Amino acid sequence: MNNQSPENLQEVRAMIQRHKLNDYIFSIIGLLCLMVGLITLLTLFIDLILQGYPKLLSLSFYTDFPSRRASSAGLLSALVGSSLVMLVTFLSAVPMGVMAAIYLEEYAPKNWFSDLIEINVSNLAAVPSIIYGLLALGLFVYILDLGQSIVTAGLTLGLLILPVVIVATRESIRSIPIAIREAAYAVGATKWQVVYDHVIKYSFGGILTGVIIGMARAIGETAPIITIGALTFIAFLPPSPVTTSAPFLNFEWLSSGFTVLPIQMFSWLSRPSEAFHVNAAAAGVIIILVTLIMNGFAIRMRYKMRKNIKW
Amino acid sequence: MQSQFTKYSSIAGLVASLFALPTMAIAAEKIVKIDGSSTVYPITEAVAEEFQKATKTKVTVGVSGTGGGFKKFCRGETDVQNASRPILQKEIDACKEAGVQFIELPVAYDALTVVINPQNEFAKKMTAAELKKLWEPAAQGKVKTWNQVNPAWPNTPVKLYGPGADSGTFDYFTEAIVGKAKSSRGDFTASEDDNVLVKGVVGDKGALGYFGYAYYEENQDKLTAVAIIEKAGKPAVLPSKASIEDGSYQPLARPIFIYVNATAAAFKPEVKAFVNYYLENSKPLIEEVKYVALPAKEQKAVITHWKALKPGTGFGGKAEVGVKIEELLARIK
Repeated sequence: MNNQSPENLQEVRAMIQRHKLNDYIFSIIGLLCLMVGLITLLTLFIDLILQGYPKLLSLSFYTDFPSRRASSAGLLSALVGSSLVMLVTFLSAVPMGVMAAIYLEEYAPKNWFSDLIEINVSNLAAVPSIIYGLLALGLFVYILDLGQSIVTAGLTLGLLILPVVIVATRESIRSIPIAIREAAYAVGATKWQVVYDHVIKYSFGGILTGVIIGMARAIGETAPIITIGALTFIAFLPPSPVTTSAPFLNFEWLSSGFTVLPIQMFSWLSRPSEAFHVNAAAAGVIIILVTLIMNGFAIRMRYKMRKNIKW
Repeated sequence: MQSQFTKYSSIAGLVASLFALPTMAIAAEKIVKIDGSSTVYPITEAVAEEFQKATKTKVTVGVSGTGGGFKKFCRGETDVQNASRPILQKEIDACKEAGVQFIELPVAYDALTVVINPQNEFAKKMTAAELKKLWEPAAQGKVKTWNQVNPAWPNTPVKLYGPGADSGTFDYFTEAIVGKAKSSRGDFTASEDDNVLVKGVVGDKGALGYFGYAYYEENQDKLTAVAIIEKAGKPAVLPSKASIEDGSYQPLARPIFIYVNATAAAFKPEVKAFVNYYLENSKPLIEEVKYVALPAKEQKAVITHWKALKPGTGFGGKAEVGVKIEELLARIK
């Protein structure tokens, strides 16, 4: 046999060598690509920390209201504003998004109409956020007359992340093997029992990830919030959502004016005085940290949920 | 799974109760709502901060720009409007349609400052005509080197920086220099963020830019201000507190305004108290944020005007350069 000859063997070895080299080169290129992204983010983050650390370390930065003096200007109203807006966003987007996704996946008949909805939902996820701001200005502020309030901002961001929640929930539901559903039906479960006892529970980790990633996007959004008229100087807090006397809940805060973290940061950044740029950097660190923590939480949750599922 | 759900709801409850802590005491809602120009914002913010400390009345200030702010003001959504230029005819019409009457109050002066890179030694003085040559729409794509503006200057490229077309500063500069508001060449680096303009001029030897005086004041060590010669035969004047007060820094010194909703001024005591406080206590605050306070005589005229609650504008819906404040107030009958 010819290919048993030592000459041929060498050729094969050379070929294997070459392919290994290709593998190696590709892994280097891949790593470099990864590094570009990571190093850029890290450089930015470290630069922000270096600039903002005097403020980051002082407690009063988190408990003070905005001020004309950089030294006494703090994040309090922005922190509270962002949190309350996120609360409204969560309460509006998540139930609606999850239910819409379950309907689309489990109940909707497969025809041209559901295809159309599917295309639209995917498209909506890519619409620039300023468009949502304009929609919200027309719909919530003028037609529904909700004013430039926390509820308007929360609903706007809720609309913004709704497609993200729907898409993530659908992906998550699709990853459940069809055999699980068939097994449930086989022992006589109704559709609702299948959805409630199996589909929702197994996809919960994925849904949660989608929700948190959506929320992390929303917390950094500036454009739609500016469009609907967030404030820049607000040195008081909205009324508390929880009260000490019955009925323990208070909805006045929904109609209060507000500011959010990215707007506060932008406002400080555009000041003439250098001292405010320190504040802006510190606010930037907080925004990135909140986003990172939310994403980290999402990853951890997903991991834990996956581990608990035993099919 | 059920335990997961309860865990999250308890976390949510915890978060919610955190909000409750600092907001226990809520008084009846009396809020002075202010919006408008980013140029006037630092002054109004300072006044709002002090006023809120002194009287515990709540004040909110937004930054929608002069144009965006007037839209809200003329719908009656805000009580006070910050404006870096006078109200325009279409805004007067909008206000009239909605039945909103306003009181026009000049509160301070700002000097539009033309700046160059410190390495630029030849253009430390410029005439208004030279600035026009550089900025008029006809210069677009044509005037590219310094010697095209003045033959005595070197044949080196000129790079221009200025605020974006939505800004009141842009409106005023074009009106004062080119002669028509919003009429400017388009091939310059525009930014709504004045710090971007500062950085641009600092980093470019052949650069020229313009913005409010406060941004020059904070960056004096990195920028050179151009002394402006209004017309041939007049002296070159640098922007400063003195040259603005005596009126010699022309044509780039501009008054900045607040507009007060006349109904709110009459029927909302907190708005009235705020404007009173603004006019009486703003002088040190204005200086602190690097603007020029009105001279005592003009300040007094403005206060008299305010006390009389005379609605209307002294400009008739047009931009106008170099009007004296007392003359302006006298026009409002």
